[in-house]
Amino acid sequence: MSASTVSKAEGIYAKAGSLSSERRWALWTAYASLIFAAIIFLAPPVYMFVTSLKGSAEVANMTGNPWLVRNPTLENYTTLLSNRPFLKFFLNSAIITVCVVAITMVISILAAFALARMRFWGSQFLATGVFLTYLIPDTLLFIPLYQIVGGLGLLNSIWGLVLVYPTLTVPFCTWIMIGYFASIPKELDEAALIDGATWPQMLLKIFIPVAMPGIIAATIFAFTVSWAAFVYPTAFVTTPDQMPLTIGVVSQLVRADTFAWGQIMAGALLAALPPVIIYAFLMDYYIAGLTAGATKG
Amino acid sequence: MAQVSLRKLVKAYEGGVQAVKGIDLEIADHEFVVLVGPSGCGKSTTLRMIAGLEEITSGDIAIGGTLVNDIPPRDRDIAMVFQNYALYPHMSVFDNMAFGLTLRKFPKAEIKRRVDEAARILDIAMLLDRKPKALSGGQRQRVAMGRAIVRDPKVFLFDEPLSNLDAKLRVQMRTEIKKVHQTVKTTTVYVTHDQIEAMTLADRVVVMNHGVIEQVGPPQELYHHPATRFVAGFIGSPAMNFSPARLEGDAHALRVVLPNGTALPVPEHRAARYAPYVGRPILVGIRPEHLTDKKPTDKRNIADFPAIPEVIEPMGMETLVHFWMDGHEISARLDPTCPVSVGVPITLAADMDQMHIIDPATDKVL
Repeated sequence: MSASTVSKAEGIYAKAGSLSSERRWALWTAYASLIFAAIIFLAPPVYMFVTSLKGSAEVANMTGNPWLVRNPTLENYTTLLSNRPFLKFFLNSAIITVCVVAITMVISILAAFALARMRFWGSQFLATGVFLTYLIPDTLLFIPLYQIVGGLGLLNSIWGLVLVYPTLTVPFCTWIMIGYFASIPKELDEAALIDGATWPQMLLKIFIPVAMPGIIAATIFAFTVSWAAFVYPTAFVTTPDQMPLTIGVVSQLVRADTFAWGQIMAGALLAALPPVIIYAFLMDYYIAGLTAGATKG
Repeated sequence: MAQVSLRKLVKAYEGGVQAVKGIDLEIADHEFVVLVGPSGCGKSTTLRMIAGLEEITSGDIAIGGTLVNDIPPRDRDIAMVFQNYALYPHMSVFDNMAFGLTLRKFPKAEIKRRVDEAARILDIAMLLDRKPKALSGGQRQRVAMGRAIVRDPKVFLFDEPLSNLDAKLRVQMRTEIKKVHQTVKTTTVYVTHDQIEAMTLADRVVVMNHGVIEQVGPPQELYHHPATRFVAGFIGSPAMNFSPARLEGDAHALRVVLPNGTALPVPEHRAARYAPYVGRPILVGIRPEHLTDKKPTDKRNIADFPAIPEVIEPMGMETLVHFWMDGHEISARLDPTCPVSVGVPITLAADMDQMHIIDPATDKVL
């Protein structure tokens, strides 16, 4: 073997080695980024959980590491769960959310089906318009909505919230559904039309079952927005028995400058439980739904 | 079962583009008609207008003697098979096939009987519980056909149903479709861009180009007696050879003179037909299978045709030889045992009974 052949072979191996090290570097960078992101996102709930296991005295005690629990107790949870207002907040949130999700999905599915599949004058413009309404923040909308809700006599009522929350949920859900419906091959509705389906039958028997991942994604979004809404209930509800969890916990557990931190944290964790459970079970559908919307919308 | 009539059918899109320019076509009961043509010729649009999936700009469509212009697809009593199968992905094969009957509120026992019968014809009985995603391309296309068969409609419409399949499966499914039509005998309109599919399946082939019908006829008629240059070039594979030429002589002894000086005698029985074109530029067309190696034959009107092969393609059962004559590519089909080499002159045999003469001014075959 000549010297030049040897050096050539070494060159090849050296290149292979550099490729491998590049991959290793990319892997480590990815892990480091993921760990950093996980710490950033998990630190608040972990701190909430740790604090919820502490008694008032331990929370107030400024010495020692605040991330550690010295005398763990479930007192905050038992107090909250035996507290009638807290259960009422929970019930109010559940009623509002179920109603809002139902209203949102009915409107969004019908609107998206019409905008994605029926050819009529201005359908493209309307589809863009629906999405643009999502860009108007609720902090801007609550003043005119206050007038409307007040005019309807629904201030201080969970039904007022059921009426206004869809202004937050319908545009985005419709947009997700338009994208999903648009990704369904057109031949499928033509086959259904020839098979004898009417438009409503086509929607119920073909589109809704086929678009289930998109519908679940939109449902989760509507659920999360409705469950976590803060600005509208703060503006429209002042009576404790009509409050949802988000403002109920804050208004009832903060007395002047006295903060029941342990209970606030326990309440916040309990409030976060339903969305977490839903995400855990339906995460795959959620990702599939959002992806379809993103690529085809 | 029913006949289908298209009368002065026009489809114009916004902006004035006319996809179909006033076609007339009568399709008889039980007939298998194939619409064939290149992309954008209007064949799929015509099929979709028959299905009711495209609105008609003007003209009439009648199915079984009933004008269906304003009747929605579901009430036209038709069934359609799509290129991408269009199976409902969330339903089993059985439910896919039964869907149309369920919507029409057929009794369950009748639905089962029809689905089982169609599954037997198409050999998919063992797939009835599967979902479409668990099927191969060929199986999906059978299910799509089964969905059409169970409905027992007046007309079957096929929109390029084999285009998504690989070459081998396409040949197999072509035979299946022909077998199914021989069994159920439903009037069928089939759209394809593949002229071999058209030739093998059709009772009559409708060749379309630029939104008009170029020619309608049985496959053999189109092959042997094309009406236009387009049909002559479109039907047949490899395509017909064309070359500009000149007619010389008189009604008793007419010759086609090619640009390289080769003179090919015109058969006597055609001389009178071509005589008015003597001295005028013409196009001569001859299929590669009628330009072959010289062998002893008792056929008349075989003319010598000198050539210098430039590309040789051995195909197994034949050898294709390509050469250029005055800038025009000419192909010939030779016996595979015929010795032939690139650059070595050979003399081919042109079957002048099979040549066509085209008037370049009108593109009509004379």
